[in-house]
Amino acid sequence: MMKDKQTNSYGVVLFHSTSGALMAEKLFKKEGIAYKIIPVPRHLSSDCGVCLRFSKQDESQVKKTLTDKVEVQSFCAL
Amino acid sequence: MKKPSVIYLDNAASSWPKPDETWQAMEHFMRFVGANPGRSGHRLSVEAGRILIEARDALAELFGIDDPLRIVFTRNATESLNLAIHGILKPGDHCITTSMEHNSVMRPLRALEQKGLELTVVPSSPQGELDPQGVEKAIKKNTRLIVTTHASNVVGTLMPVADVGEIARAHGIPFCIDAAQTAGAYLIDVEAMKIDLLAFTGHKSLYGPQGTGGLYLREGLEEKLDPLMRGGTGSRSESQEQPDFMPDKYESGTPNTVGVAGLGAGARFCLAQGVAHIRAKEEGLTRMLIEGLKSISGVTLYGCGDAKRQVAICSFTIHDRSPSEITMELDEKFGIMSRPGLHCAPAAHQTINTSPQGTVRLSPGYFNTEEDIAVALEAVGKIAARSR
Repeated sequence: MMKDKQTNSYGVVLFHSTSGALMAEKLFKKEGIAYKIIPVPRHLSSDCGVCLRFSKQDESQVKKTLTDKVEVQSFCAL
Repeated sequence: MKKPSVIYLDNAASSWPKPDETWQAMEHFMRFVGANPGRSGHRLSVEAGRILIEARDALAELFGIDDPLRIVFTRNATESLNLAIHGILKPGDHCITTSMEHNSVMRPLRALEQKGLELTVVPSSPQGELDPQGVEKAIKKNTRLIVTTHASNVVGTLMPVADVGEIARAHGIPFCIDAAQTAGAYLIDVEAMKIDLLAFTGHKSLYGPQGTGGLYLREGLEEKLDPLMRGGTGSRSESQEQPDFMPDKYESGTPNTVGVAGLGAGARFCLAQGVAHIRAKEEGLTRMLIEGLKSISGVTLYGCGDAKRQVAICSFTIHDRSPSEITMELDEKFGIMSRPGLHCAPAAHQTINTSPQGTVRLSPGYFNTEEDIAVALEAVGKIAARSR
């Protein structure tokens, strides 16, 4: 049950660069969305940057918050 | 802030002193952060990245820029102007500039002229004023860039950038301004002024350290503008091609994060004080300096002579005395810091008829006082009286 929660309850949003991720971080903070900055998981991209991990249940709010504000590379499940 | 022991009137070359916030932000980065931004996910690298973002945010707010990632950090206004000029112009293109430009605009353009660029230098009046109609008349089918200074670094005269911006936009030509003397000291709004490329330096009226500056590019221009350098960006590391997105396309290699920390703090200082408030104070000091210099017998003042139409820069000569001698005397006998000569702007001096000897330039800043100006005027008066 715990394992299930850890593997399925997060989404990540990837950006073209760290600048994009940190621009998004400011918007998350402003909107009160819980997040964590994590290195981009190897299986998602070979980039050496960071991405933002968020709770799956916040996904629609995350998408709404970032629309037209920060260019997103992709959304992935973790 | 401790009051300086000299009277510093060379702010147009580099502002000094700086607000405490500037060096405090730099000290904080050096002592407690130190890492390379955008190169790793550890907390110090992320914190360094946040410092860059915060600086971009403050600058974007200051210049009315919608997306802070459209600001590229550079070493200085010169690098920004070289990026804009070399990035856009190709042999066979036509470019329009003015006769009041600094060599940071003139030299890259003259170098490109050798390689087949067509260049029109629109003459300003001897007071340094530009007629925007002169720019419009110079437009040709192959005009690819209009680049003008926002305010002359020699006489301070403000250029009608909003009018030129209007003309450039109507003809679909990118418009670049050199804001070295205005960014932070005079209201700049890239939308209202229709500025497509804004080149600024960090160490003058933005109160950052030397070695900082930036270029704003309007959306879409990155498709037309080649980078000056290519290299590591911390992004798209799997690719051996330069990223095509902002700002990474133009920011290769480890940035000057300590410098940008200071620049960001300086820009926030401008926002906190208010550009209108900074401008009002500098305009008052400039008016006092202009009126004072005009009243000294033997002094010739250059420029428009109207504090409202210029930034805090006054250029003058005393009889036929060499400007460098006057600058030395101001320093050694009176503790006043000024700048003599051509101020890296030979075309501007030809325009105002002070070539090749140049002028003495006094440039007050936000931290000067009326007392500083009074002392400087008294010193100039004494030098002029002895020079008859």
